Amino acid sequence: MRAFAQVVAEADGRGGTRLAVLRGESPLLLRRTGGRSGGDATVHLVGGAAGPLRGDDLRLEVTVRAGAVLTVRSVAAQLALPGRPAPASRLVIHASVAGTLRWLPEPLIAAAGCDHHTSSVIEVAEGGELVWRDDLVCGRHAEPSGDVRLDTTIRYGGRTLYRHDLTVGRHADGWDGAAVLGGGRAVGTVVAVPGLPGTLTASPGAALMPLAGPGVLATAVGADIRQVQAALDPLCATEAPTPLPVAA
Amino acid sequence: MSLATLLVLADGRLPAGGHAHSGGLEAQVSAGRVRDLDDVFGFLRGKLATGGLVSAAFAAAACRRPGEWAALDDGLDARTPSPALRKASRAQGRALLRAGRSMWPLPAVVRTAGGTVPRDMHQPVALGLLAAGAGLGPLDAAVAAAHGVTTGSAGAAVRLLGLDPYAVHGLLARLAPECDRIAAEAACRSDDPVDDLPAAGSPLLDIGAEHHATWEVRLFAS
Repeated sequence: MRAFAQVVAEADGRGGTRLAVLRGESPLLLRRTGGRSGGDATVHLVGGAAGPLRGDDLRLEVTVRAGAVLTVRSVAAQLALPGRPAPASRLVIHASVAGTLRWLPEPLIAAAGCDHHTSSVIEVAEGGELVWRDDLVCGRHAEPSGDVRLDTTIRYGGRTLYRHDLTVGRHADGWDGAAVLGGGRAVGTVVAVPGLPGTLTASPGAALMPLAGPGVLATAVGADIRQVQAALDPLCATEAPTPLPVAA
Repeated sequence: MSLATLLVLADGRLPAGGHAHSGGLEAQVSAGRVRDLDDVFGFLRGKLATGGLVSAAFAAAACRRPGEWAALDDGLDARTPSPALRKASRAQGRALLRAGRSMWPLPAVVRTAGGTVPRDMHQPVALGLLAAGAGLGPLDAAVAAAHGVTTGSAGAAVRLLGLDPYAVHGLLARLAPECDRIAAEAACRSDDPVDDLPAAGSPLLDIGAEHHATWEVRLFAS
């Protein structure tokens, strides 16, 4: 399947956020959720079909103009599946952020046999704010991981702040060695500019790192996604900035 | 290119402080993720495919276009989220430039914005510039970088785990063809824009380096 989805958020001039554009095609559907009383808008990604499956070509454009605050979530995990013999499924995300974007989707699950490539490019204008979360689960319960590649580029004020690719699965040399994920089958990252309100409670599988430019990265590797969520969820809470203790 | 010159550049005995670093292995040994020879092999394969490819690509790019060393240095900052790893890479870069001053002149285009010879940069960029100064090519620089990524950690493995040094060198021999393949890919991409150069990350190396930096007693600097 080919699909294109787009959301444009802008300040409504009364201290709130208006969605000037909100459109999608199955399987990439977008729905506005939550109340309209606060200053921000929330959009949920709704999977309109199974997948992504091999051969899928999905594109998502997110624009947050100055003064607007947008949170993007998803209603369920994204399950990358094998499908018919075809090229890798692709999801290309491009975000331009002059206001505030909180990208907090559910995890991507790499089912055995899948071949998927997500490429995200996020351009944050000087003064813009970003929280960008990416969680990955390598295989469903007790199955080997499919092939997944996540490429992420985050620029701030025109300079590249964060460039990170992660490749897992049988075609990725040494991904299950102790340099990359070791025995971990779940990994999560949060990149935040200018920063995150909380600090990470000590855990051998997680770290909070100030980037060379502005901003921070929190990374967690766990045996399963619950360990990753225990480490990262408190950092991404929009209401309660105080982090909860992390299970060791 | 001169094969003997490449051997001098890639030699572990080059006095650039490499022996003080375990390439992240000490943290993983302490965390219990690396216990035996098989674990060391898994560690080295993953490190070569990620940080090894990135180092090789930046060394090759710095060798091919030394005038862009500052942009390449920024590119490594963006690929090194761990402050501890940035510090370790810059310490090794400075040590390599210091050792290199008595060996080969840096290309004349390598200057800071103030017109002086730079002293502070990430190790792969320094390696690439030194290779260019030595008259070597991008592929040579990439081979030296990929090779250095594996040998440093392998040497540390013998000391940290008390492994049989013959067996550990056996791993390096098995990885040599992979080093060649990684170096060839790196050299092929050495003309790419900085953002398009390899950026393969290693989450456990980042996490381990941050924990390691807080230890009061450790055998290796990183």
